[in-house]
Amino acid sequence: MIANYGYKDGSGDFFISIDTEKCNGCGDCLPVCPANVLEIRENEFDPMAEDLMAAVKDEHRKKIKYSCAPCKGEGRLLPCIAACELNAIAHSW
Amino acid sequence: MAKEFWRWKEYNWKDDSINWQNGSIITAGVDVGSVSSQAVVLVDGELFAFSNMRTGSNSPMSAQNAMNWALENTGMTLQNIHYTVGTGYGRVNVPFANKTITEIACHARGANKMYGSSIRTLLDMGGQDCKAISCDEKGKVTNFLMNDKCAAGTGRGMEVFADLLSLPIEEIGDLSFQIEVEPEPVSSTCVIFAKSEATGLLRAGWPKNKVLAAYSSAMAHRVVSLLERIEIKEDFAITGGIAKNSGVVKRLEKELGIKALKTTYDTQIAGAFGAALFAKALVEKERK
Repeated sequence: MIANYGYKDGSGDFFISIDTEKCNGCGDCLPVCPANVLEIRENEFDPMAEDLMAAVKDEHRKKIKYSCAPCKGEGRLLPCIAACELNAIAHSW
Repeated sequence: MAKEFWRWKEYNWKDDSINWQNGSIITAGVDVGSVSSQAVVLVDGELFAFSNMRTGSNSPMSAQNAMNWALENTGMTLQNIHYTVGTGYGRVNVPFANKTITEIACHARGANKMYGSSIRTLLDMGGQDCKAISCDEKGKVTNFLMNDKCAAGTGRGMEVFADLLSLPIEEIGDLSFQIEVEPEPVSSTCVIFAKSEATGLLRAGWPKNKVLAAYSSAMAHRVVSLLERIEIKEDFAITGGIAKNSGVVKRLEKELGIKALKTTYDTQIAGAFGAALFAKALVEKERK
């Protein structure tokens, strides 16, 4: 499953996507994020399974454009994406 | 008192042909949304009773009221229900729920039952948010995104317009087609700005229905851009209160170039229905 966390507004599309087929809930993406945007929680979209996944914290969901801004820059590799060996994280902007 | 044009009909329903005493698994789903709450009771996975009402300012009471109303005149009480799943915006406030499940999973599961397993793309146009969901033949979510940052494309936005134009919310879908030519959509995405824009259009002499048409097509356009992000695959269906608004649904179908599936079920109960189906699956898992 692809879980898209974020929003779309007049200034653009701001979504962090987690691919749960790839994410194994290891948590390597958590400590590298300076804004503490991510957390590990149960895959709440598949209530019958009990696997863990990375997810965007609720308090950041509606402001990730700003939460993620310090890491964004021309051609820079984002720390969360770089930390994920399984390639489960993507940013839409 | 001024007439409340936004107020839609609350009601409950039960299937008199089902004798619940013969059922082996009785489950319930309660969807406490930001605008409306529904309670659905299933007997062995078949719809037995439900209620659909406004969420008050007190979420736990809304859950309780919805449940009591669904059970009215059924002879069933809360004690007869084996498992209850709470879902929706206020899901943590369902005091009698055994478990809570996110409404995204519940909508996909409910739509799978209501529209059939061929459903691949689901748009839930709720009271205060709008969710685009892709799902597989089992009703499992494969991709989703939710817009709850802004009221554009939500029932609340439509309520604002019903009130502004003094037209009953249940009639505005059809009224928006009683126009000579389809106007350009209102340019503002934001409901508040759209309302200001509409006030200007009324002042410029536009008939109410034409303003409604301009807003409905803006709303349709807005949700199409959300759907494009998850890729639209057929079959496609819409749940939530706006699914009952032909003005938005038909314009959306036109823009997408595909038809939305129809259902005989109330489109607002998808979340609660899905929750009750999960409850049944959880009981079966426990009994194994």
